[in-house]
Amino acid sequence: MNKFLTSGRITKWLVSGPPFLYLTMFFLLPSIIILVASFRYPGDYGGLAPLFGGEAGRETGLTLETYKFFFSDFIYTQIFIKSFGVAMASTVICLLMAYPLALLIAHSPKKHRDFMVLLVILPFASNFLIRVYAWMIILGPQSAVSLAVNHVLGVFGVAPVPLLFSPFAVLVGMVYVHLPFMVLPLYTNLEKHDPVLLDAAQDLGANAWYRFWKVTWPLSLPGVYSGSALVFIPVLGMFAIPDILGGTGDILIGNLIKDQFLGTRDWPFGSTLSIMLTIAVLLLAGITVLISRRGVENV
Amino acid sequence: MALLEIRNVTRRFGDLIAVDNVSIDIEAGEFFTLLGPSGCGKTTLLRMIAGFDLPDGGQILLDGKDLVGTPPEKRPIHTVFQSYALFPHMTVSGNISFPLRMAGKSADEITVRVKEALEQVHLSDKGGSFPHELSGGQKQRVALARGLVNRPRLLMLDEPLGALDAKLREEMQIELITLQREVGVTFVFVTHSQAEALALSHRIAVMNAGRIEQVDVPSKIYSFPVNRFVADFIGRINMLHAEVLETRPDYLRITIPEMGEVRAPAKSGTAPGQKGFLALRPEQVRIAAKIEEVAGENHFPGKVRDLLYVGDVTTYIVDLNSGARIEALLPNSAPGRGKFFETGDRVEVAWSKDTGLFLNE
Repeated sequence: MNKFLTSGRITKWLVSGPPFLYLTMFFLLPSIIILVASFRYPGDYGGLAPLFGGEAGRETGLTLETYKFFFSDFIYTQIFIKSFGVAMASTVICLLMAYPLALLIAHSPKKHRDFMVLLVILPFASNFLIRVYAWMIILGPQSAVSLAVNHVLGVFGVAPVPLLFSPFAVLVGMVYVHLPFMVLPLYTNLEKHDPVLLDAAQDLGANAWYRFWKVTWPLSLPGVYSGSALVFIPVLGMFAIPDILGGTGDILIGNLIKDQFLGTRDWPFGSTLSIMLTIAVLLLAGITVLISRRGVENV
Repeated sequence: MALLEIRNVTRRFGDLIAVDNVSIDIEAGEFFTLLGPSGCGKTTLLRMIAGFDLPDGGQILLDGKDLVGTPPEKRPIHTVFQSYALFPHMTVSGNISFPLRMAGKSADEITVRVKEALEQVHLSDKGGSFPHELSGGQKQRVALARGLVNRPRLLMLDEPLGALDAKLREEMQIELITLQREVGVTFVFVTHSQAEALALSHRIAVMNAGRIEQVDVPSKIYSFPVNRFVADFIGRINMLHAEVLETRPDYLRITIPEMGEVRAPAKSGTAPGQKGFLALRPEQVRIAAKIEEVAGENHFPGKVRDLLYVGDVTTYIVDLNSGARIEALLPNSAPGRGKFFETGDRVEVAWSKDTGLFLNE
């Protein structure tokens, strides 16, 4: 074995080892624990029943009970569908708001761009919960926003509506918190586009509409996909925003899972919900990849 | 009426005058070249013809109609960009069909025209490939096909061969000439390479510092440059300081420092005492170990100082005994020639009084 090759291999392990170990310990292993837990029985006072032995007459070992339970009551599927709906809506709204902003930054003079990106990520400098609580005040019944909205609705003869503790407030919070995650990948992508391509498109007869849809948009799809993933997946698992801004009927999967672990203390069912969520997300990701591949071939 | 009329067009960027009162007529079916060093304004002129920039003064007319209010996408003028600007997310066919789709052609027509265009540039088997899978020459041909497929009135080519290596560039030059003759579309070719301009064009406009120096056919540009800039920019040339001694009906008597009295072809508008240059192409200067002196011929002995061997010809740089320096070119295939001259060889150079050109200062 060549000495340099050997030392190269050692370097590779030294560099990739720690992150590899970290992910194994804190991602792979917990995932397996959750997977196994979803097939176990709950313990008497929360936690899990023992896997082996245990007292006579007690349920031990593995079971499909929790999965049966998940599918026996349509309410859980409903919450899943609703959560996916909220995640989808947040993603689409984020995309609609982030795209023009990312385009604006990408087309700005180079010396201003870094500053504009800094402005986009500036909200991260203050605490997430504080920012969400701020929306309670903004959307509260006595806030200027609420009063203005209800005044306008009143003109059209619509009874006053509460903005806070509603699906609307949840959506507002979700979009607000996740917008930068859509802007950044979009900007990174758009900034790399060669401007001569737009000149060429225009030269060959494309007006502004076609220049966008035939050149800018298809070339930005990788940015759209990664931005969408960065918004969609966190929104799907988010429980703090529905907790703070949503009403009693606005619980999402995240709240459901949290309740299983911290409220009902039914760990196996909480694990089952997590696993179902993971499966659903992976399915969706798979479908997206398939669609995007076909999209590229058809252009 | 010319196809494209550029009338007194001026374009300023702040204090810089990029294009300075330029007027050119380009005829239908012409292969017209804008030649000049980088920064001479040729690309600015090109962008104004395409519509990406507007003149500060003057007019650009296509078929007699002012283009000022017509945006680039509405002008029947297409461009082949220096970097080709192929759409990376579209196949070769997708790229070529783009202008047809923008023009709203029917699917059937698009299929037929794309197929024709692919055949024209010898890429029939590459329709399904993506640009990143193509070589430089192939990309170039796709860009050409894309520019021509919707039959523009004018195709502009912005240094299109610059990115290719020498061998490929020569092949593409021949392909360009053939293609232009086949499709009959007027080409406006922008380049800084005088060799390319001479090889390809029907007519050349030499540009310098925003101004047109000379517009003419390649042979005239080469043999009868109107001023020092054109003479210097096109090909190698001996540029010797000179002063007119006497004007005769059939020749000029001029004097050149460190060379003495020389005869040059007559030129109207010259007067004794006028200062300027004698412009003499190296291939107009004969070089041999011994040249018989002929009356009226300019004849000087000297010594080879340096030589540039490029295969087919050799350029000899000769120090004359009188002190001046002159370049002479000799084909390496000269019959019966035993050997090349080497550095230090004693030689004689001579040129006829009917060759060379006196240029005003």
